[in-house]
Amino acid sequence: MSVEDHDSFAILDTAPGETSTGEKGVGRAVLGYLVGLGLAILLTATSFYIAGTDLVWTPSIPVALVVLAIAQMGVHLVFFLHITTGTDNTNNVMALAFGVLIVALLIGGSLWIMANLNHNMMPMDQIMQMQR
Amino acid sequence: MTAVPLASAQAVPRHLAGGRHAARSERGPAPKRIVVGYGFWIFLLSDIVMFSAFFASYAVLVGETAGGPTGTQLFDLRSAGIETACLLASSFTCGLASIAAGARDRSWFSIAMAVTCLFGLAFLALELKEFISLIARGAGPSRSAFLSAFFTLVGCHGLHVSAGILWLLTMMAQVFAKGFRADIERRILCFALFWHALDIIWVALFTVVYLMVAGR
Amino acid sequence: MFGKLTWAAIPFDQPIAMVASSVVALAILAVLAWITIKGYFPYLWREWITSVDHKRIGVMYTLLALVMLLRGFADAIMMRSQQALAYQSGGFLPPEHYDQVFSAHGTIMIFFVAMPFMIGLMNFVVPLQLGVRDVAFPTLNSVGFWLTATGALLVNISLMVGEFARTGWLPYPPLSEIAYSPGVGVDYYLWALEIAGVGTLVSGINLVTTVLKLRAPGMSYLRMPMFCWTTLATNLLIVAAFPILTATLAMLLLDRYLGFHFFTNDAGGNVMMFMNLIWAWGHPEVYILVLPAFGIFSEVVSTFSAKPLFGYRSMVAATMAICILSFMVWLHHFFTMGAGANVNAIFGIATTIIAIPTGVKIFNWLFTMYGGRIRYSPPMLWSISFMVTFIVGGMTGVLLAVPPADFVLHNSLFLVAHFHNVIIGGVLFGAFAGYTYWFPKAFGFKLHEGLGKASFWCWTIGFYLAFMPLYVLGLLGMTRRMQHYDVPEWHPWLIVAAAGAAVIMIGIALQIVQLFVSIRERAALADTTGDPWNGRSLEWATASPPPAFNFAVLPKVSGNDAWWSVKQHADEALEDKPDYHAIEMPKNSPTGFVCAFFATIMGFAMVWHIWWLVAVGAVGAFATFVVFAWRDEDEYVVPAEEVERIDRAHIETRCAGSTAKEQTA
Repeated sequence: MSVEDHDSFAILDTAPGETSTGEKGVGRAVLGYLVGLGLAILLTATSFYIAGTDLVWTPSIPVALVVLAIAQMGVHLVFFLHITTGTDNTNNVMALAFGVLIVALLIGGSLWIMANLNHNMMPMDQIMQMQR
Repeated sequence: MTAVPLASAQAVPRHLAGGRHAARSERGPAPKRIVVGYGFWIFLLSDIVMFSAFFASYAVLVGETAGGPTGTQLFDLRSAGIETACLLASSFTCGLASIAAGARDRSWFSIAMAVTCLFGLAFLALELKEFISLIARGAGPSRSAFLSAFFTLVGCHGLHVSAGILWLLTMMAQVFAKGFRADIERRILCFALFWHALDIIWVALFTVVYLMVAGR
Repeated sequence: MFGKLTWAAIPFDQPIAMVASSVVALAILAVLAWITIKGYFPYLWREWITSVDHKRIGVMYTLLALVMLLRGFADAIMMRSQQALAYQSGGFLPPEHYDQVFSAHGTIMIFFVAMPFMIGLMNFVVPLQLGVRDVAFPTLNSVGFWLTATGALLVNISLMVGEFARTGWLPYPPLSEIAYSPGVGVDYYLWALEIAGVGTLVSGINLVTTVLKLRAPGMSYLRMPMFCWTTLATNLLIVAAFPILTATLAMLLLDRYLGFHFFTNDAGGNVMMFMNLIWAWGHPEVYILVLPAFGIFSEVVSTFSAKPLFGYRSMVAATMAICILSFMVWLHHFFTMGAGANVNAIFGIATTIIAIPTGVKIFNWLFTMYGGRIRYSPPMLWSISFMVTFIVGGMTGVLLAVPPADFVLHNSLFLVAHFHNVIIGGVLFGAFAGYTYWFPKAFGFKLHEGLGKASFWCWTIGFYLAFMPLYVLGLLGMTRRMQHYDVPEWHPWLIVAAAGAAVIMIGIALQIVQLFVSIRERAALADTTGDPWNGRSLEWATASPPPAFNFAVLPKVSGNDAWWSVKQHADEALEDKPDYHAIEMPKNSPTGFVCAFFATIMGFAMVWHIWWLVAVGAVGAFATFVVFAWRDEDEYVVPAEEVERIDRAHIETRCAGSTAKEQTA
């Protein structure tokens, strides 16, 4: 990059993982991470508890676990990776959204396709067993 | 046609004259820190897509136990819980290391990174212990498709953590030898992104692999 | 000590392989000897092998592609001859050899011709069009190139030491599992692609970041040249799709090496899952190949029609639509595998929908040409042939997208004709158009135009002769990859197809001659102004070839077709003096080359199970990174006076060149 690039273009976009307001002070920064840690511990513990308990209606457990997992990922993104919805973060959020779309298409699509394939293309020995 | 200096041939539009007031997309090349951070962010997204391919395989093959042991029979939730705690704690201490790097504090940086490393090693030790015990019980990856998928998915994450630890130690050595130079600071930013992303992937992993089978 | 490697690995009993290997080995030795005798090694090391300059790396990618085109085409000639001869006969290629030939042909053409060609052109052009000095990560760029070269090297080594895969260009299990392919062929394939895949991914990350974060001041997203938009879409696809390839091939490697059961017939493995995952990569891959070509055509058509591109915004929308939609159609590659009518219908409809944005593009190119002053130089000829040819291929694609039709035509020669139609008509013609169009920018002289036109006609006529019969054959029931057959109706068509391949061979020969003649006549063909085609985008503002820093002062952009508006308003800027500053440029580095060296060792050692050598390679690769990370100086400075001197020299030559043109006009 030429010398002229490091000049007057002050606050542009934010790099992912950086706080957008620069010098917030060490104390506030540590507090941010502590809050994130606390929330994450809470959500994780809840996940582990729900997985093994009878207190929740059993068929809803997988859904609850997924919701809690998404919440935990959100805590990480916001408190540890400092992803915000500010305009200086737009590129970062767009990239993340693209990634999430691809993951959803790949996992969702594969599960749907494979379920159909497995159902239609059951191995011969299993079909024979079913007929006995 | 005479000499046409390129840069000023076009009358500079008023909204560019001040530089600072131009639209974000028109300010010219971004500073290196942003470029490097964004590039690494894109790499992380590609890594997450790779993990999702392994996740998809696991989800498809989770029932293919070939008459062998299932997840319910094999998985130790207590161990998974401690591993989760270790990784979460290491993410927190990695955040502290980032703050120390921002404040250019060498000793706090080294302490925070060292603690991160220890938590990471603890995670790996527990995971290795689990793998060895599974193999010893005849539930190794070649027993069934389910186990192949399990070992690959969890193992891939473990390999990433191992690579992360090698990187962590290299960063500690670099800061020790050269201080917080601009390029080293950029690498610390990337390392922190990587380490946090590994914890995010672990959230998905322990939910789908360990928790979904528990209690059944 | 040497794993599975023994002297028996060299195919002494296969004459064709031995002759081919010996010729290649002799050619390589001859080139190395010539370089040594002439004393070019220091120059090559300093200026090319360790270069991190996107222009040099782009040229090397393109050179790799052109060389591998010869190897892949040799395979094609062998296949066409075999099929023309093998009516009620065994032909000259025994099945175990023929299977390697068609597998190598596809693998080389896709991964080591089409991909490097496009990536090379994108690497060379995009920073120049964006008005910046280099890509986002120059050293990483070098790493990516050399890893791709490693993959190509491993595939070519398999010709001499061992064998190649016999499983086709996508290694479907269970055939590709260790039980049914116990040799080293599939392993060569897998390691070559895993390593080259890392190279491609690195390129993808680099170019996405470059387009999104590094543009000249004033160049907002909607002022970028169309080629930069297609580069963005392509590299987003690379970043999203190549990890799937890496993961899937890794699963196959685990099955083969460690006895895992992802895709085996027993212990719960699911063969169909391989097809699902590999095509989830495979379909985006073909759009990765064709989108840069679309971008090249946008540039060429508007330049050679002397008109701005028609419908810029709809082009951008169509490109991004193709980017997203290409991830929603992959099942159309295995309609016949048995997912059922509902699933097939959804993906069939999605596939037909994706034809729409491509149609938008075609119309925009046609409307760009309408009312323009068209010059029929070779790049424009390639573009026009592309439009006709690609439409044919696209229509047969939409036909195949209808599941009931696909049930008849899947894996027939109709399918083979379709994908060659779109890849040759789209990707390869685009590559040749781009090669001719940007050659003068890279080297300072144009390619000989007469020979260019001659080779164009041979390619176009040869293509139609070679592939239209394949459509007929598909409808007559001929399956793909047949080593011999006994159906009399097929024979005449296969002879015509072989003739077509021969015509293409003449076209390729003419391209080789064109290169030699152009180098010999480079003084007469010189490009002195930097703008040989009266172009519209910023790369034509630089000298040919550009200085290392591309632009002495970064241009300030305020509209589309930035260079065109500069030229229109030239008289307003007569007295302006550019503000020259010192420029920091990244230093050259051997990291890429050394890294690839260790990757080659690791790949070869993995294939032959030489475990200690694998460890050596791994340690070496890690050490390379640490050494690279430890360097203290990563940039060198070009002083302002030097920048000014270089720029003034270019401005003077450009004026002299334009004045000369005006005087002769």
